[in-house]
Amino acid sequence: MNASASARLDGPPEDYLTAGSTVKSWLLTSDHKRIGVLYLISVTAFFIVGGILAGLMRLELMTPKGDLFASADTYNRMFTMHGVVMIFFFLVPAIPAALGNFLLPLMIGARDLAFPKINLLSWYIYIIGAAMGLYLLAQGGVDTGWTFYTPFSSMYSNTRVVTAALAVFITGFSSILTGLNFLVTVHTMRAPGMTWFRMPLFVWSNYATALVMVLGTPVLAISVVLVGLERFFGFGIFDPKLGGDPILFQHLFWFYSHPAVYIMVLPGFAVISEIIPCFARRPIFGYSFIAFSSVAIAVFGFLVWGHHMFVSGQSMYAGAVFSILSFLVAIPSAIKVFNWTATLYKGSIRFDTPMLYALGFIGLFLVGGLTGLMVASLALDVHVHDTYFIVAHFHYIMVGGTVTAYMGGLHFWWPKISGRMYPELWGKLSALLVFVGFNLTFFPQFILGYLGMPRRYFEYRPEYQVLNVMSTAGATILAVGMLMPMVYFLLSLRGPKNAGPNPWGATGLEWQIESPPTTHNFHAPVVVTCDPYLYSPEEAEREYVHAQHDHAS
Amino acid sequence: MSMPSTITPPDSGRQDLLHHFDDLEQQHLSSSLGMWFFLASEVMFFSGLIASYMLYRFWSPEAFHLASAHMDKWVGLANTGVLLTSSLTMALAVRCTQVGDRKGIVRNLLLTALFAVAFLGVKAYEYRVEINHNLFPGPNFIVPGSPRDPHASPGHAEAGASDHGEGGHGGGASDYERLRQASMVDGQVDEQEFSRNQGHFQLMFVFYFFITGIHAFHMIIGVVLILLFAVLAQMRWFSGYGQTQIEMLGLYWHFVDLVWVFVYPLLYLVE
Amino acid sequence: MSELRQSPEAHEQIHHVISLKTYMAIYAALLVLLVATVLASELPISRSAHLFVAMTIAVIKAVLIMLFFMHVYYSAPLIWITAVGSIVWVALLIGFLLADNWSRDWLNILGK
Repeated sequence: MNASASARLDGPPEDYLTAGSTVKSWLLTSDHKRIGVLYLISVTAFFIVGGILAGLMRLELMTPKGDLFASADTYNRMFTMHGVVMIFFFLVPAIPAALGNFLLPLMIGARDLAFPKINLLSWYIYIIGAAMGLYLLAQGGVDTGWTFYTPFSSMYSNTRVVTAALAVFITGFSSILTGLNFLVTVHTMRAPGMTWFRMPLFVWSNYATALVMVLGTPVLAISVVLVGLERFFGFGIFDPKLGGDPILFQHLFWFYSHPAVYIMVLPGFAVISEIIPCFARRPIFGYSFIAFSSVAIAVFGFLVWGHHMFVSGQSMYAGAVFSILSFLVAIPSAIKVFNWTATLYKGSIRFDTPMLYALGFIGLFLVGGLTGLMVASLALDVHVHDTYFIVAHFHYIMVGGTVTAYMGGLHFWWPKISGRMYPELWGKLSALLVFVGFNLTFFPQFILGYLGMPRRYFEYRPEYQVLNVMSTAGATILAVGMLMPMVYFLLSLRGPKNAGPNPWGATGLEWQIESPPTTHNFHAPVVVTCDPYLYSPEEAEREYVHAQHDHAS
Repeated sequence: MSMPSTITPPDSGRQDLLHHFDDLEQQHLSSSLGMWFFLASEVMFFSGLIASYMLYRFWSPEAFHLASAHMDKWVGLANTGVLLTSSLTMALAVRCTQVGDRKGIVRNLLLTALFAVAFLGVKAYEYRVEINHNLFPGPNFIVPGSPRDPHASPGHAEAGASDHGEGGHGGGASDYERLRQASMVDGQVDEQEFSRNQGHFQLMFVFYFFITGIHAFHMIIGVVLILLFAVLAQMRWFSGYGQTQIEMLGLYWHFVDLVWVFVYPLLYLVE
Repeated sequence: MSELRQSPEAHEQIHHVISLKTYMAIYAALLVLLVATVLASELPISRSAHLFVAMTIAVIKAVLIMLFFMHVYYSAPLIWITAVGSIVWVALLIGFLLADNWSRDWLNILGK
């Protein structure tokens, strides 16, 4: 096949959105781009569900007494379901499955992922697990906390723990299959000339994420299965009366759930590594350091899970070891932050919406990461464990980090995915609202936690009220900022697909093809001869075209 | 570019090339790597169970030893041999795909399934014996020799189950009595320790049933796939001789065998 | 064995066909090791020695199965890394878990 095969005189070539417009063609697609869009729609739906739960919680927390909900029990179900929905049905799949599925093959010059049908299967498994989660919500949810600690979850809770365990178990397989797909794709499907060190950093970070997905998720599976078994059959695996050890559950659970937070944040790093060079018009500083640090985070992330268990009864020696390792795991993350900042230095900064989100990410992730170091310190964690300090810390990473990066990535690649541009003014406004709203919501929570307000409580001492009201006010602003893009992205779909192949002047193979791409991505076999992040992009494009001609002749 | 994959001479032994791959080498390596990563995730799944098992065994070695004595190690030995044989026939089936022996493929796959079913049958028989002796964990579980045990009498050897445990250690002390002895601290029975030891005795059976159960579940899936592939190979449904597909199934089957290689000594041979 | 046809194209995609003799030899070794495991369990040695012996033999069997039945010996280095990597990860989980429990009473502080 050579370039002349694409010379058609009967109108623009069909892109992946219009190639087949029946419901069946979407539901039985094996096109990674369509699957990415399917994920995008699904995770957005669950983001809204989780967000509503959060809104209700913040509403309750405006007053010191428990007045919105009938009982503490209801509040327990709220925060549990908020956690379960947000983590398992939104954060874990969001960037890898929605953006990664779409972009990974494009960025390495492949026609699709290694296993397109397994990709679709992974989406269906996700939908089944998530539907079960919705069913669970309709049945009143569970009240164990998203962490399902035993023996409460295995013996005493009166809620549908087995259903919850099953929903999480099923959704885990979706994660494993996506991870497997990414790993194999990066190993075997890179275009000729696309060496490991010419790959965009987005691919490196998603590769690291995939490693964690494949190695960690099965342990979560076994831990929830054991809880389910104990409830269903009465086996005493975690029952102290039968010699069981509740802390065993915590070990198994956190063996996955700590690396899980890296599943959630590494793709965020991936997006930022693409946005910063583009909007600073400079090649990324320290490419190989960022690449290696992604893999280092994935590997070291498996060695630190005990820092969630400092006060659980685990041995002090184990606690000390986990504490030191947790300090070490911060180093690769810090390296990334230094490198992004260095990329900005003497750059020609353009403050488009994706860049606003990326800059916000750096600041917010910095706060989240530094407070992470604070709680990695065993002595300090003893005081702030299970307070709002922890809640604020992980929301700075998950929302200030991952969600901010996700929004930035959506804005950055929206023209590529849909062929349309979003309205820039509204984009900037939403970024601002998100940043302000987020800080107003969660910064007071650091103070609250430090002052001693426990998490997962729906009543609190009256002196905490002012900060709580600030937090709820911030949550309102944050909600508006998050809803706006949903509206203007949808509205943009009414317009014509005239964004052009490269509205940002970015480098990368995905920007060398039309927006939206055709089903088979590239019109001619791709040969890569230049390094990534060759800003100026005109030079990169010349190189790309040059390489295609050389290969075809 | 290589020859279009639509033109595949029948019975050439050459497999079809899927459109998103550039050549057969890439396709084969991708399939292989994909299956290995999947097996890595399966390894981690079982490792959670093994880790939990190790923990409790570390705490109560005597309880685990006594519990393990109820599993007939010679039946287990025969069964392990059967599973290893099924692994051999599977490897031979894969070899047949590589040399183009279609009849051999089908024959070896069917043999593999046969051995697997034999294994599962023996396992079911073992389960029945254990359940009949009130050794299935849950509310009906009875520690042999405890006051609740209907068969309890000194020196009574369990019919059907292993005759190894009681007889080999001098006297006819039941498990209950042995656990009691193991819970002695300074000559006195520590009730908490005794209760925990009994609990761990039961826990050993939880692990036994769950680990072998999950293993059996994986085997059942394997057998269904093996039979399916045997039918498809016979029907010449695969392009070429189905080298890649059957090799991947082989990897899965060997993994199932590998797990059993570790599970057998851990469950049956606890001394 | 009939139908031993091997076309040129099929040949190019096969890396190595292991001989029947090799398979049978590995199978025999596995059976011998299996019997050895059970016989070893009858030896009058300490508890930890039993565990050590049993696990060592299990590891040898596992290595044989992986190298020859699963063709790792003849596979790309990446496959080796994946196979070894999974084992390292299992060791990690078990290792840290046991380390916590083993070190529980070291400080003579209640609950630590």
